[in-house]
Amino acid sequence: MSRSVLDLWVGIFVAIGIAALLFLSLKVGNLSSARMSNAYVLQAKFDNIGGLKVRGPVKSAGVVVGRITDIGFDTHAYEAVVTMTIDGRYHFPKDTFASIYTSGLLGEQFVGLEAGGDEKMLNPGDVIAKTQSAVVLEKLIGQFLFSKASEGQTQK
Amino acid sequence: MPDLLQPFRRLGHAVTERIWRLGFASRFFFALLLQSGTSFRRLHLTLREIYVSGVLSLLIISVSGLFVGLVLGLQGYEILQRFGSPEYLGVMVALSLSRELGPVVAALLFASRAGSSITAEIGLMKATEQLKAMDMMAVDPVARVVAPRFWGGLLAMPLLAALFSALGVLGGWLIGVVFIGVDDGAFWSQMQSSVDFRYDIWNGVIKSFVFGAAVSLIAVFEGYDSLPTAEGVSRAITRTVVTSALAILALDFVLTSFMFRGNS
Repeated sequence: MSRSVLDLWVGIFVAIGIAALLFLSLKVGNLSSARMSNAYVLQAKFDNIGGLKVRGPVKSAGVVVGRITDIGFDTHAYEAVVTMTIDGRYHFPKDTFASIYTSGLLGEQFVGLEAGGDEKMLNPGDVIAKTQSAVVLEKLIGQFLFSKASEGQTQK
Repeated sequence: MPDLLQPFRRLGHAVTERIWRLGFASRFFFALLLQSGTSFRRLHLTLREIYVSGVLSLLIISVSGLFVGLVLGLQGYEILQRFGSPEYLGVMVALSLSRELGPVVAALLFASRAGSSITAEIGLMKATEQLKAMDMMAVDPVARVVAPRFWGGLLAMPLLAALFSALGVLGGWLIGVVFIGVDDGAFWSQMQSSVDFRYDIWNGVIKSFVFGAAVSLIAVFEGYDSLPTAEGVSRAITRTVVTSALAILALDFVLTSFMFRGNS
């Protein structure tokens, strides 16, 4: 086989392979949204994080604004420390409220940020002061049963 | 009483034989790496091997990828619709292909399509004393024959695995969206929100690089080490396919246990 035909075929092969890789990373994966420009880090402390996972989304008003990069445990306060990387395009006020929500009944858990009204913005590395823990289903059912039982006693 | 000791002697012989072969294989690998300069200085040697092991494997890889995707689409839909969530079909197809099936099945096909032909070629060159003739002419057969085949296989394998995964996803889409009628938007958007580039796709690419290196090394080593007879070459080809398959599956387990821990 002549040199130029060989080069042509190898070129076509490499082009097809790279096209497949691009298809996988752009169409199948989420490379376009994974790359965050000037991302900065925020922390939040929760009493209970439920089933929150590293790499889970951080959403504000339903829009993904960042990712959870680390989950640690504070041995002084006995609280969970969640580290989040937030896209540099988005800034939040000092009194932003961080809560843990579940998407759907069985879906993944995520951190929801609700902006407050403060004029000052959170700086990179700040700790969000106001947090609300994950809802633990067992506690909720327990409370429900307890209140039902006490209702029954008062009616008697 | 030599008869009683004979089994032990045979066992010891088998063990030392294996260890000696392993040592020879690793010395061979280092010699190959040292002689690799030629494969890149005279690039057309490597390009020819990419053609032989990559371009000529395109057909079997594409067709298998497409059919694996079609089957995943049918089976995945059958199971997911029991839980009332057929729009997760895209996630299932894309994750299983990019993490496991793409690299592993492509590597198994690559071992039987390209690895066996590399072994046969080098084994026959040895049997017909072409390698010795090269040595006589002061041409190092490792640099001229072995190293380009190794690098050609190593470079072709990740591209083939990516093609396999991409066509598999298209096959799953064909069954799920076109034939069964899963919502097109949900199929792609669920897939994009769950498949992470670095975690899922890049780890799959790393896997396919490792498998490409393992298969190519086993293929060139078995060819170089084969007995220079017709029977020896045929045995070497069988060993290439069997050892490659075992190495791929074992390496896949090791890599998966490092890459995909459940706790993250």
